[in-house]
Amino acid sequence: MPEQAPIAREEHNITVYTENHIGLLNRIAMIFSRRKINIDSLNTSPSEIEGIHRFNIVINETEEVVSKIARQIEKQVEVLKVYYNTNEDVIWQEMALYKVPTDVIAEKVKVERLLRENGARAVVIRKDYTVFETTGHREETDNLIKILQPYGLIEFVRSARIAIIKDSDGFNRKLREFERTEPGHEVVENEYLNSREKVFTM
Amino acid sequence: MLTQEKQAPTLPETDTVISGSQALLHALQVEGVDTIFGYPGGAIMPIYDALYDFEGDLKHVLVRHEQGGIHAGQGYARASGKVGVVFATSGPGATNLVTGLADAQIDSTPLVCITGQVFAHLLGTDAFQEADVIGITTPVTKWNYQITDATEIPEVLAKAFHIARTGRPGPVLIDITKNAQLQKFNFQGYTPCDHIRSYRPKPIVRQEYIKQAADLINSAQKPFVLWGQGVMLGSAEQEFKAFLEKSGIPAAWTIMGAGALPTDHPQNVGMLGMHGNYGPNVMTNECDVLIAIGMRFDDRVTGRLDKYAKQAKVIHLDIDPAEIDKNVKTTVPVWGDCKETLPLLTQLVEQKQHSEWLAKFREFEQKEIDAVIREELFPTSAEMTMGEVIQQLNELTQGEAIIVTDVGQHQMVACRYAKLNQTRSNITSGGLGTMGFALPAAIGAKFGAPHRTVVAVIGDGGVQMTIQELGTIMQSGIDVKILILNNQFLGMVRQWQELFHERRYSFVDITSPDYVMVAQGYGISGRKIDQREDLTNALQQMLAHPGSFLLEVMVTKENNVFPMVPQGCSVSEIRLK
Repeated sequence: MPEQAPIAREEHNITVYTENHIGLLNRIAMIFSRRKINIDSLNTSPSEIEGIHRFNIVINETEEVVSKIARQIEKQVEVLKVYYNTNEDVIWQEMALYKVPTDVIAEKVKVERLLRENGARAVVIRKDYTVFETTGHREETDNLIKILQPYGLIEFVRSARIAIIKDSDGFNRKLREFERTEPGHEVVENEYLNSREKVFTM
Repeated sequence: MLTQEKQAPTLPETDTVISGSQALLHALQVEGVDTIFGYPGGAIMPIYDALYDFEGDLKHVLVRHEQGGIHAGQGYARASGKVGVVFATSGPGATNLVTGLADAQIDSTPLVCITGQVFAHLLGTDAFQEADVIGITTPVTKWNYQITDATEIPEVLAKAFHIARTGRPGPVLIDITKNAQLQKFNFQGYTPCDHIRSYRPKPIVRQEYIKQAADLINSAQKPFVLWGQGVMLGSAEQEFKAFLEKSGIPAAWTIMGAGALPTDHPQNVGMLGMHGNYGPNVMTNECDVLIAIGMRFDDRVTGRLDKYAKQAKVIHLDIDPAEIDKNVKTTVPVWGDCKETLPLLTQLVEQKQHSEWLAKFREFEQKEIDAVIREELFPTSAEMTMGEVIQQLNELTQGEAIIVTDVGQHQMVACRYAKLNQTRSNITSGGLGTMGFALPAAIGAKFGAPHRTVVAVIGDGGVQMTIQELGTIMQSGIDVKILILNNQFLGMVRQWQELFHERRYSFVDITSPDYVMVAQGYGISGRKIDQREDLTNALQQMLAHPGSFLLEVMVTKENNVFPMVPQGCSVSEIRLK
């Protein structure tokens, strides 16, 4: 067998601005499942603009695959805009909650110190358990699990990733362009052809 | 029974109280719909009840199966250029549409399908004839939406038509719960939609890319145009012809594009792809600039992608940005409606002939005539070939008929050899390859183009998949010519088994009923022939017959369609035998 060049898969953050429409999540999810691509993380929530939702989707794929996926998403009628970025191009965070027995925290000073060192914040303190919260990258939140495991970690949950694109000036101005029947000279569509490899947009 | 001419209701004034069903039918009136293909059932009964009063404006064609209904809608849309409209009930009625939706989605056919749905309060309860139609149809529609409140009907229908017909067209499905169909509401009029903020059907054309494309074309020694259905979807046949005639570039078509340029145009060098012509396939890997217009580089066109036109610079004109760079990396993307981009390009290209280059295509054509075509069209064998039937049909129709084909060997033969003088004359299931498409699509095509002769060319396999639509022909009295090319095999699968599976003919030996007798049962005249001397006469009889006619022609059993680009091979490895 000839040696194959390694496939350059990389984590990509796909940001999607959409109308708030029933069934759209399904329509977007199917674009991935049809191609047998696993979604590693998915967050959808209202954006800064009323009526517009923002999806953050993380997949581990090559740039070529991601760019084609982005176009297929963009093609959906209720999707306004799609961007994709590597991890270097975004600031991203995940939030994690940890439930630990209160007596352990109270008795072992070391645990409290560990929590503080990891930037954890107490959300709820009850007689039987305490819930701590941290935000950070995957390794950081993973690390705290390892630390708390010997001290009787009861329950753990992590949110999907949310990401801010470093090189972006938001969506307000663009939305106004979308709302015009005849888009202006500066139409967003042109960005696609200007930086074909980087941003997909229409 | 009431038989007097019924006057359809006119559009009510604003603030009139009407039902959701009435609002729906008024929407169809305003959108210029004249024909609906459908089948009633429990959850769509209020719409059918209202339809009873609209007969004067909205002709309803009762099909025999919802799949037949949607293929008829597709045939109507493809022949007329208008949006096809299909009605079906909830549950099984709606799921029977799925094949047609997938077919229309992949072949960019504008449809608006209306399905009934159970009462809103029953959604999710596994109610009688309930199916998650929105969930099921999401991947096979351009857009779909469920209406549970009648007040939404005008706006949603307006969006549905706008989405179906603009940009890259496609099927839209609107699922309406029974309560919304019955609900009375204050009708506020109907305004067609021309703008959706999240939907840009076409971009602003970028002049600099037109310039780059023109520069490439002007410096090319061996330019080659590939065109697809986009030329017809954009109604850009004239613009396309003008571009070709000024630039002098030879042009070849995908089966979806057949007929956009007349078959006998001197620059038309033939069909692309797996069973396309010899020259166009070989020359794809010889040309220096490849200009793709409204086509999507399907794998049946390109063969092996990593050996496809690697030597060429590629210019791709398409309205759908997701198609650019999808399969073939583009040097110059000309994103836009070809109705706008082609004239801009024509202005900038130099008037040229490319006679020597064109002559090379003709050399390959001669080789193909000697190796394949002559024997197929004018056979010396005892048994008839599919090709000679199409050849005779060409002689008699003079290329003026609409040819609707099913899927398989007869489809490839018909598409290769049919003479097409006019646009919108070749209706076939290209992307999905849906057997059973032709008979219902031909019915729809005749409704969409009532003044044209419609000939459905169908194999003995495909015709048995939707043969129940003979009932639709019987009841509607429509005039469709049905030409069955019977080789007593599922021929294309058999061909592959012969070539690639050591002639292990696994389950391709298919028997047929007495088609003439079946047709007779439906009150349709028919004839069966197996002798060459009867062919011309039988075809004449079919074409001259007032009303529908079924002609079954027995053709040679084990003929193969050649040339052929075997799967996994490059287009330049095309085989003549």
